[in-house]
Amino acid sequence: MQNSPAVEIAGLVKRYGEKTAVDGLDLRIERGTVTAVLGPNGAGKTTTIETCEGYRRPDAGTVRVLGLDPIRQAAELRPRIGVMLQSGGVYAGARAVEMLEHTAKLHAHPLDVPALVERLGLGSCGRTSYRRLSGGQQQRLALAMAVVGRPELVFLDEPTAGLDPQARRATWELVRDLRRDGVTVVVTTHYMDEAEQLADAVQIVDGGRVIAGGSPDELCRGGAESSLHFDGPPGLDLGALTKVLPDGAAAVELAPGNYRVEAPMDPRLVATVTAWCAEAGVLPERLTVQRRSLEDVFLELTGRDLRS
Amino acid sequence: MSTYAPRPGAAPVHRMLLAQTAFETKMLLRNGEQLLLTVVIPTVLLVLFSAVDVVSVTGPGKRVDFLAPGLLALAVMSTAFTGQAIATGFERRYGVLKRLGASPLPRWALLTAKTGCVLVTEALQVALLSVIALALGWSPHGDLFSVLALLILGTAAFSGLGLLMAGTLKAEATLAAANLVFILLLLAGGVIVPLTKFPSAVRSLLDLLPISALSDGLRTVLQTGAGVPWSDLGILAVWAVLGLAAAARFFRWE
Repeated sequence: MQNSPAVEIAGLVKRYGEKTAVDGLDLRIERGTVTAVLGPNGAGKTTTIETCEGYRRPDAGTVRVLGLDPIRQAAELRPRIGVMLQSGGVYAGARAVEMLEHTAKLHAHPLDVPALVERLGLGSCGRTSYRRLSGGQQQRLALAMAVVGRPELVFLDEPTAGLDPQARRATWELVRDLRRDGVTVVVTTHYMDEAEQLADAVQIVDGGRVIAGGSPDELCRGGAESSLHFDGPPGLDLGALTKVLPDGAAAVELAPGNYRVEAPMDPRLVATVTAWCAEAGVLPERLTVQRRSLEDVFLELTGRDLRS
Repeated sequence: MSTYAPRPGAAPVHRMLLAQTAFETKMLLRNGEQLLLTVVIPTVLLVLFSAVDVVSVTGPGKRVDFLAPGLLALAVMSTAFTGQAIATGFERRYGVLKRLGASPLPRWALLTAKTGCVLVTEALQVALLSVIALALGWSPHGDLFSVLALLILGTAAFSGLGLLMAGTLKAEATLAAANLVFILLLLAGGVIVPLTKFPSAVRSLLDLLPISALSDGLRTVLQTGAGVPWSDLGILAVWAVLGLAAAARFFRWE
């Protein structure tokens, strides 16, 4: 069991009445990694995470967390995981520090509470009741409650939603430290930069299934080509440019004076384009070679249309 | 330095129970609305109606000898039913119960802690009301066993009903309904108005309410010094079984 993956899900199905929230989802998360679960709203992220936490009973499929069944072996599993819900979870009248101290008391070997309070910048609101904390302070308290019991595996459901940049960075730093010390972290997020910054592995969920997975690098490398952009005078003769480019490459004028060259990118291609520009007496301004970002990959996979 | 190196484990269950009971009690005693309901209202009613001849009381002794048992019953209802229903309803609404569900604290321990919190609060209420009643000239009779049996079965009956409400209705609906029930049962449950004032057809129904059984039972013992009030204990036991079973069956944690 010590060698079992942190999370192993096979063929998970979960329905709410008529609606199928999770539809045959497979997922494997290795120990000691940070995994980002990405997906549009309603993709099934939270349902999947909450099944791992033991809140939801699968309609089909198997879920194992640290080798345990989250429902039948809940009593054994619960002390070993840390949970941060999307919102709430704290008595409205409780003060931040006393709530954290209380959570610590439910565990055998909790972290040092004052150090954690200091670390997450909760010291100034120690005597403020939960309902009077700012959204960011509430988020940080929930994060602290998730880690105070020194769990092996932490589930963070949108931990930085609505945080200011400083608080986001503080959260990221903590996630990195957890990983450094051997804690497995599973985080759902809408922020692509968060996934790129933090995650060893990214799992993209849509329509109740994992539709792509891998390291951020792997995801960005595959699929569509990268591209070269430059600005110049409007109305350049792109037909002439295309002639000197390799087969299958294309050059388009996206907006007057704004050009994009799509081709398998290598140093020679950049030289070819700049040599052509030199021949034509054009100074290519703001010349950039762009790799696909995780956001591009995500939008390609899940579509660009807004969903209801 | 590896500050966060995993070292998971639940605290020993007795420590979790103690911590949770203490925490819930602290939350309750800090809540102004709860204190109004559990402390201020019973105290004011006891002092007011003992001093002023607004309601005509029945049975032997002074006015306070009729009123004190009724207000002890009200104290139990205010804490075990009204207060617990409202607090638990909002804990459910704010995800507190859900979050605790993922902590090492087992559900039975959470419910035990809630019961412990109710009992601690009731002990404080009973002590306060007794001191005030004694100062007003109360002379209680009867045996301690019957009184404790009534208080405990009453607590079980009201807890079951309070948790049933908290675990099935929305928090706002629980807030409204629990307060409404509190007022209605205060007036029609033999707390300060003797049930003999009601028409006999209505009365035979009111007699079956848990608050009537509790106030009548406490009055039977404390005011008249009679023996064990079996029929009142029986009514409370039935409510306790029905309420707790329904709560166990229908309670939703989220």
